[in-house]
Amino acid sequence: MPVIVVDVMPKPELLDPAGKATLGAIGRLGRAGYRGVRIGKRFELSVDGPVTEAMLADARALAEELLANTVIEDVVAVYVGGAEDDLDEFTGVAAGETH
Amino acid sequence: MSRIGVVTFPGSLDDRDAQRAIRIAGADAVPLWHADHDLRGVDAVVLPGGFSYGDYLRCGAIAAQAPIMREVIAAADAGMPVLGICNGFQILVEAHLLPGGLIRNEQGAFVCRDQRLRIESADTAWTSDFEAGDEIVVPLKNGEGGYIASAETLRELEGEGRVVFRYVDVNPNGSMNDIAGITNARGNVVGLMPHPEHAVEPGFGPDTPAAMRSGVDGLRVFRSVLAGLLARA
Repeated sequence: MPVIVVDVMPKPELLDPAGKATLGAIGRLGRAGYRGVRIGKRFELSVDGPVTEAMLADARALAEELLANTVIEDVVAVYVGGAEDDLDEFTGVAAGETH
Repeated sequence: MSRIGVVTFPGSLDDRDAQRAIRIAGADAVPLWHADHDLRGVDAVVLPGGFSYGDYLRCGAIAAQAPIMREVIAAADAGMPVLGICNGFQILVEAHLLPGGLIRNEQGAFVCRDQRLRIESADTAWTSDFEAGDEIVVPLKNGEGGYIASAETLRELEGEGRVVFRYVDVNPNGSMNDIAGITNARGNVVGLMPHPEHAVEPGFGPDTPAAMRSGVDGLRVFRSVLAGLLARA
């Protein structure tokens, strides 16, 4: 089933307390080099049939209307989920591990 | 007798406290149900605190789409007094009845304390029983109470006297301009994070210098709307 992916992030100028707390935890793990963490949301909207330009436009409108509150969040991307790509990537990693 | 409705959403917690506050103030408390399209002829509406729909998606976001909210929005647009407390405030901003948004507390922790507030505007349906500059103490308890808005919206709110409640002594959650509550341009819709309904009855309110748990400052919020309704009747 085709999937439309919507990525939502807290606005860059706003404090992201959850991200800040996560950055603290990364530090406590002793890992260096991480300067910041911001936590967003990924929505996967399963749809019937092939994704048309009209459906994408509707998903963009839905993202602005419900999935994100544009006062505090930005819709950073709305795109057709490449299910095959994701799978390839995943199996690639898995295959790498077995070698 | 004036009838004030209290909407119960799945996950509302303070609906019965709000009903009790309304009765103590001297009005009929009318339970309203999120899935109905019926305001049951009430004269005013309270959206109570809690965690509607588990705060999934964003605090108040799903409740803002509930069937009853269509009626609440229509009634608010027609001038009916509407008060959103805590989660109710979050629902009001998600329903675009009030501007701005509420984000996770700056310090990343849930806050529960007796909070001092200054009444910045007595020109709303819910604060007419106060004088601007009055200070009250009511409980505050939230995890996502940080008020934010664009610079332009903040200028508008401050310039038009639409900041209704401001935190005094301590800003408990990082709210911009220490804002605890705001109103719409007409002054009939008010939202605030602290809980006036938890400070209405001696023995159950915040401590005061006079006696433990004797604070009933919140009652005046409900008396304000009643006075307005009676004056109109």
